[in-house]
Amino acid sequence: MNHFLTTEDLPRDDLESFLDEADEFVDVLSRPIPKVPALRGKTVATMFFEPSTRTKLSFEKAAKALSADTMSFSPSTSSLSKGESLKDTVLTIRAMGADLMVVRHKATGAPWRIAEWLDIPIVNGGDGAHQHPTQALLDSLTLRQHFGSLDGVRIGLVGDIRHSRVARSDIFAFATLGAEVTMVAPRTLLPVESTDWPAAASEDFDDVLQELDAVYLLRVQAERGGASVFPSLQEYVNRYGLTRERFRRLKPDAVVLHPGPMNRGVEIADEVADSDRALVLNQVSNGVAVRMAVLFRLLGGDRDA
Amino acid sequence: MPPPGMRPPGMRRDGMRPVLIQRILDEGDIGRATTRIAHEIVERNRGSTDLILLGIHTRGVPFADRLAVEIETIGGKGIPTGRIDIGLYRDDLDTRPKTRIGKTEVPEELDGATVVLVDDVLFTGRTIRAALDAIADLGRPSRVQLAVLVDRGHRELPIRPDYVGKNLPTSLDERVTVRFDETDEGEEGVWIERGGDA
Repeated sequence: MNHFLTTEDLPRDDLESFLDEADEFVDVLSRPIPKVPALRGKTVATMFFEPSTRTKLSFEKAAKALSADTMSFSPSTSSLSKGESLKDTVLTIRAMGADLMVVRHKATGAPWRIAEWLDIPIVNGGDGAHQHPTQALLDSLTLRQHFGSLDGVRIGLVGDIRHSRVARSDIFAFATLGAEVTMVAPRTLLPVESTDWPAAASEDFDDVLQELDAVYLLRVQAERGGASVFPSLQEYVNRYGLTRERFRRLKPDAVVLHPGPMNRGVEIADEVADSDRALVLNQVSNGVAVRMAVLFRLLGGDRDA
Repeated sequence: MPPPGMRPPGMRRDGMRPVLIQRILDEGDIGRATTRIAHEIVERNRGSTDLILLGIHTRGVPFADRLAVEIETIGGKGIPTGRIDIGLYRDDLDTRPKTRIGKTEVPEELDGATVVLVDDVLFTGRTIRAALDAIADLGRPSRVQLAVLVDRGHRELPIRPDYVGKNLPTSLDERVTVRFDETDEGEEGVWIERGGDA
């Protein structure tokens, strides 16, 4: 059974073939009728045990553009609140006819557990602070569209690396695709294991600012305790925010990415967010295309090939 | 295993030699058939100013390009040529081996145009059915015609070609292999393989 759970062990060839296929889906999405019948009759279940707007909508849009049906699940209105176990919940949805499940869960590893229980492909839509592999694909695609290739592109990931599944997924994908990645964060917001990651580290944003071709701003994750290491948000802004002043000191052609939702005035200044060098909306539209590529890879064609 | 295009003619996917291989068309035959079809397209669409050739991946693409060159030689005017991939429109996605999706490029608006779909071999008609669906999503041509190099019969759908290079009666256990210089290694031509357990 094929799943899509992490970018950590994805070889460069696989990553690039996902991106090549996503390019074709970008074309499909730009047609007058942005829909193909490839997954007619298949059902994609989006199981978001943790709140999300864009990722869930993006997966649903991707499924519909491939003519699959969608089923969705949200914990607050489900039997989880009546005490049903995770296993019973996913077995129930499978029994209703789901052919693939997109899982988001606050617990690290939850999609892997569900993959053991079920006989259908599982896509990780974000597990805890661990992985968010389709985000890494859409970020890689956005950068590849802009730079042509990630080879030698200098990317700085700035902010709360420790609590960020986006950072974990992106660092491995970017490095595999040949980029030079620097994590910019105070030591307290770098996880212990990050010394083994294919990325350099710096505590001083201003130090590396002028070397970067792309700045990837991470959201300050108050809900995962990311704000608590700073005495105040203003302190964070002063050291790690992409302020107007820092934006002006970037290379003139450097671009800015953010996974959303943005905290304007915290990690990203208004002027930066609205600049044409911010690729945030490209990231969002590319998200649909890469998720189409993932769904098509897992559900279209001979699954065991 | 080498990709299908790299297989020597007659060498089957399992690497075993079939009992009999026969070359049906050589390079010269393909050239003459191309010229004749080009003339037929021009004659049939006399006066139509909005002809578009669409090659179906993989070998319909070079065949469409060649037809465009011939038509230009005859009519003195360039013919817009595009390509479509029908991978996302197949009705047998569940049972086929996965293939990479190719580029779909349409040179201009299909609305109101005369589209000539171009492929190398016409067999069951399912590829053409998928291509017609793909075209319907891309625009509304005023008419669609079909040009193929080889018609090997065994249609499963009510589809027929408008231009045929060679009618080739086959049995279902035979394989037809087309090789073009643009897409394949080795000598150009059309082969039929008989026997074995194909």
